[in-house]
This record gives sequence, C-alpha cells and structure tokens, in this order.
Amino acid sequence: MAVKSGVWLHAVTRDADPCGLDGLTGIGGCAVRTVQAGGLVAVVSSVDLAQFGEEPLRRNLEDLDWLETVARAHHTVVEAVGRSRPVVPARLTTVYRDDAGLRAMLEQRRGDFDAVLDRVSGRTEWGVKMYAAPTASASEPSGTSSSGTVRPGTAYLQRRRAQLSAEDQRWQLAVAGAEEVHAALTGCAAAARRHPPQDRRLTGRTEPMLLNGAYLVELRDSGRFGDAVTAQAARHPGLHLELTGPWPPYSFVTIEEEPPR
Amino acid sequence: MTLGNTPANGTVAMPERVALVDLLDRLLATGVVITGEVTLSIADVDLVYISLRALIASAGTVAAHPPTSEDRTQ
Repeated sequence: MAVKSGVWLHAVTRDADPCGLDGLTGIGGCAVRTVQAGGLVAVVSSVDLAQFGEEPLRRNLEDLDWLETVARAHHTVVEAVGRSRPVVPARLTTVYRDDAGLRAMLEQRRGDFDAVLDRVSGRTEWGVKMYAAPTASASEPSGTSSSGTVRPGTAYLQRRRAQLSAEDQRWQLAVAGAEEVHAALTGCAAAARRHPPQDRRLTGRTEPMLLNGAYLVELRDSGRFGDAVTAQAARHPGLHLELTGPWPPYSFVTIEEEPPR
Repeated sequence: MTLGNTPANGTVAMPERVALVDLLDRLLATGVVITGEVTLSIADVDLVYISLRALIASAGTVAAHPPTSEDRTQ
C-alpha cells in the first residue's frame, strides 16, 4: 500500500524568495519546501499520514518525546523563516491533505495573512515570567523560646499566626508587583498578552508563577526592552523575573477561526 | 530544590535553551488556527489538554533528575 502523505504547515510569509531555506530540515528530517498562492509563501514539510493523520496524531501527542521532537523541529523552521522576514507561524499540527488544499486556504485568507504580516513586521516577541522570589521563611516556627509570661502553646500559635500573616502580605505584594511590571513592560511594547501561568510541576520551582507575559517589541527597541526588564527586576526585589526570547511572534498572530467547525 | 542558575533577587534570569513548556505555551495556545475541511488540525482544547497531560506526566521524571542550567526543558 502506498504511503499517504500530508502537508504540515510551518509558517506563512510574503517573501517569494525562498533563499535561506536551503538545507533547512522540517518534520521527520526532510527538507522543507514552499507552496505559493495569493502572493503568499507557505513553508511546509511533507509528512506521513500514518503518523500525522488525525487518529495517529492524537496518540502521538500523548508521547512527550514525540511531541518535543516535533515541536522543536517546527520551531527551528519558523525561526529560520522569520529570521529575515515577517512570518506568521502556524499552530502545531496544522496538516493539509495536499498542496491544493493549502493553496485554496492561502487564497481565501490572503487578507487575514496580510494584516497579520503587517502587524508583526519589524517586530519580535519576548517572554517574561514572574515568580515571587523565594525566601528562607517557610520553616516551622520554633516553639521553645517562650519568655514565660505566656504558655508555650499560646506563644507558638501567636508566632504561627504572625508568620502566616507575613506570608500572606508578601504574597499580595508580589502579585501587585507582577501587575506593575506587566503594565510597565506593556508600555514598552507594541502589543502584550498573557499566557496562563505554568503549572508548578512544569516550572520545577517551589513558588507559583504570578505572570506569564508575552510582549511584541520593535526589533530596534529590543535593547531598550531588555533594559526595562532589568530595571523592573531591580525595582521589585520581591519578584523573580525570567526573560525568554527573542521568539518568532507566536503569541501575536491569531487569525480568527472560521466558524462553523 | 535545585535552581542552578537562579540569580540573586532583583536580577533577571535568561535561560540559554528554549524550554519545552515555553515553546508549547506558544505553539499550542496561540498562533494561526485555520480550521476547515482541508485541515486535520485537532480541536484546540483537546490538543492543549492532551499535551499538558503528557507534560505533567513527565514532571515525575524532572523531580527524579533535578534540572541544571544545561537542561531545564521539561
């Protein structure tokens, strides 16, 4: 039986010149190719539908190693395409049955793509994650240093109450600080959005994530944005800031879905 | 808790390698979604749910091998 193949969409751009894509490998280690229509250029990988059809995809997405390999391969292509030109990355696992289907979509959504390409042109994405800074105060209060005027048990409870109240206050300050940082960074960006805070099991940190922000910044302002992040970190010693990027403008290329599904 | 490259408070951490979890934030929850007859793209909610389940299942592995500055991707 012949292997049925599909077309994995990596990214859409306007640049008809596919230079810089030579030797670039996509999903499955094969060279990427381009499909053109409507003045747009789609960069794609041919994929085996035995692995990338709807049913096998569902199964494979449960496999973290598989998911990571595919996500990193996709990201490598999107990054390479976007290095020297505006790019609209496709969401992971956008697979077409054939080039004709992809071409029809490009023709049909040309206006949407043009609008998004204009929006991200000359801009790049930065990520800033914020946590409450770890402190050494999380230990149990000792119950042994009673002055003698109150019973040890009462003293313990008083200390414990004061400790919990201090922790609560610290938490509220951290949350407010993260909001301030987000507002300040949004002021340095062309656009900003929040991703859901990452699960503590995934961050590997004891402190919960307060904010998972993405900022679309003019390329020429990248240095200034980095300075702003550093300045905010200095202003908020109760927060721990982590800067990631530059990213392709993943968080800023949403095109309305076509109802009905 | 091992936080090999955690700087002092008031400074900014900049991981060298792209963390998978940051990448999936961007590749699954955002981006162009083009649905229709020609695509096989899985419904967003399903996709995010499936992937998060896979990620969280892997968190046990992370706990067993504390992340270092070289490998903080899972």
